[in-house]
Amino acid sequence: MATPTEALETVMPTNREMVLDLHRRMVRIRRFEERAGKLVESGDMPGFLHLYVGQEAVAAGVCSALTDADQITSTHRGHGHAIAKGADFRPMFAELYGKTTGYCKGRGGSMHIVDMNRGMLGANAIVGGGIPIAVGAAFASQYRGDGTVAVSFFGDGATNIGAFHESVNMAAVLNLPVIFVIENNGYAEFTPQDRHMKLTDIAERASSYGIPGVIVDGMDVLAVRAVTLEAIERAKRGEGPTLIEAKTYRYFDHQGIKGMRILYRDPAEVEAWKTRDAINLIEAIGVERGLVSAEEFADIWAQTEADIEDGIEFARTSPDPDPADILDDVYTS
Amino acid sequence: MTTRELTYVKAFNEGMHQVMTEDPDVFLIGEDVAGYGGVFHMFDGLLTEFGGTRVVDTPISEQAIIGLGVGAAARGLRPVCDLMFMDFVGVAMDQIFNQAAKMKYMFGGNVSVPLTITTAGGAGMSAAAQHSQSLEAWLAHIPGLKVAMPASPYDAKGLIVGAIRDDNPTIVVLNKKMLGMKGHVPEELYSIPFGVANIVREGNNATIVAIGRMVVEAEKAAANLEKDGISVEIIDPRTVQPLDIDTILTSVKKTNRVLVVHEAVEFGGIGAEISSQIQESAFDYLDAPVTRLAAPFAPVPFAPILENAYVPDAPRIEAVVRRLIERK
Repeated sequence: MATPTEALETVMPTNREMVLDLHRRMVRIRRFEERAGKLVESGDMPGFLHLYVGQEAVAAGVCSALTDADQITSTHRGHGHAIAKGADFRPMFAELYGKTTGYCKGRGGSMHIVDMNRGMLGANAIVGGGIPIAVGAAFASQYRGDGTVAVSFFGDGATNIGAFHESVNMAAVLNLPVIFVIENNGYAEFTPQDRHMKLTDIAERASSYGIPGVIVDGMDVLAVRAVTLEAIERAKRGEGPTLIEAKTYRYFDHQGIKGMRILYRDPAEVEAWKTRDAINLIEAIGVERGLVSAEEFADIWAQTEADIEDGIEFARTSPDPDPADILDDVYTS
Repeated sequence: MTTRELTYVKAFNEGMHQVMTEDPDVFLIGEDVAGYGGVFHMFDGLLTEFGGTRVVDTPISEQAIIGLGVGAAARGLRPVCDLMFMDFVGVAMDQIFNQAAKMKYMFGGNVSVPLTITTAGGAGMSAAAQHSQSLEAWLAHIPGLKVAMPASPYDAKGLIVGAIRDDNPTIVVLNKKMLGMKGHVPEELYSIPFGVANIVREGNNATIVAIGRMVVEAEKAAANLEKDGISVEIIDPRTVQPLDIDTILTSVKKTNRVLVVHEAVEFGGIGAEISSQIQESAFDYLDAPVTRLAAPFAPVPFAPILENAYVPDAPRIEAVVRRLIERK
């Protein structure tokens, strides 16, 4: 399946800036998620969270290949996509706390993080709900001829919903510059892949729409970036959509951080995936190749911790929304 | 002002032509809207005039059609997404009520979705249970959506233009049985704002609030009642969301008797909402109970004799108004 990282050197030579950038995106996601999870579990923050830990290489690899003008749609597990696309911790934490300074002014919460200035068209609490919207964003790209692309992130489970079929076929027929990224973490909520489809490789579904399907190691951020760059080039050449299946893994439960509350998966399976952790992998590559030192990676972790404390403090001290404003923004007037 | 007459569908079509000429961000997408011009010829001539980039045929994929519109609208275009028959909203409902309707609010006002959905509703053509429904109450129930139900050629043109210019997700429900109805339509581009009712006819003895094609039936009933000296005021809300309750209340306070009539089923219909608002705000003015006339709680039947019994019509409207008038 996975393209070996070494083989990528010929098509996408790694350099120091790229490794640092990808590492930073992944570390920011991981620390944000771990901290946010704890804040919810302790009762400090309302609601519930679907955490992205384990899958960081997918969001980071894909979004590193995009500009702010390129659009993404996300899922209920959307923090990682937002952070990888450049979202700031302050309004993210503020949104999770339901504050006016949040990305959605406290109206949306975890499952509706949006950052229009960075082409983040919103997390989405309906499985598959963002897929047709990304097709629409790509339609706008084609309509305007502005050279941008759209990416839709969704899970293995979402490929069983009608919106997936309708959207991929429509994008193929209309030849739209959109990239469909399946984050195959092996589970549709708590149901393993072999009990929700007969396929092992979901990328095979691409052939039924007449578009390319690409499988990539979703723990290898460089490989994810490389296949995304190829798909973007394809889209920009006017050759239409690409379906990318990134094989990845969710360390925590469907929701929350307590791990396996239900024994629906083997602890050995979780540990096996962790031995291929995406952040460990990029750190090993950076050090081995003499591109980045261990100290520099440590600095990124430390800076991220500081940014998180700053974000949480900002959120906690931000004002609550006023119930008198509850009807604001139902409509554009 | 010209007195030119057009049919309902041609008036709608003219509005589409003019608004697409005015605004290059407007495009049309849906099943058979381009090459065929729409199954009701609502979109005739648009492909020729505006080309394949702006007038786009799609696979039979209602969810993707609306979702494409949502994404394009969020990026600032003004999509017109056609759903052919109103019964098909169910196939696309997630994109309508969870996505289009809620994006503005749940994203903290950061996004507007200037999406227009066109569709055709209403019974009376033996199109049976899955091609005849009036589902406006479903849509009007969702915060974030706007729903128009044009009841004349003039409104068919003005409301489609108003919908496309509106910065919110709107649904314009044409009535299939009214497509050939003729009426006065100005040649120039004009728009009718949402939430402004039309006082179709002024009167003093009773008010009929009529939705969609029921306006036509109410007019026939009113003409008959007038022969007996009963003066009926007819209010067409034009849009059921937003609802111009003020115009309705003003009329009810004048006539003291009111009938609400629509062809959707009575239970949970928009008439229930209108009736409730009237009794809450004008109870002391009423000389008779707020009354509804609507379809029975059954799917739309096929056989003409059954369908005729199902959909309210002028004779039944007339009979109910007479009962309201007789009540002391």
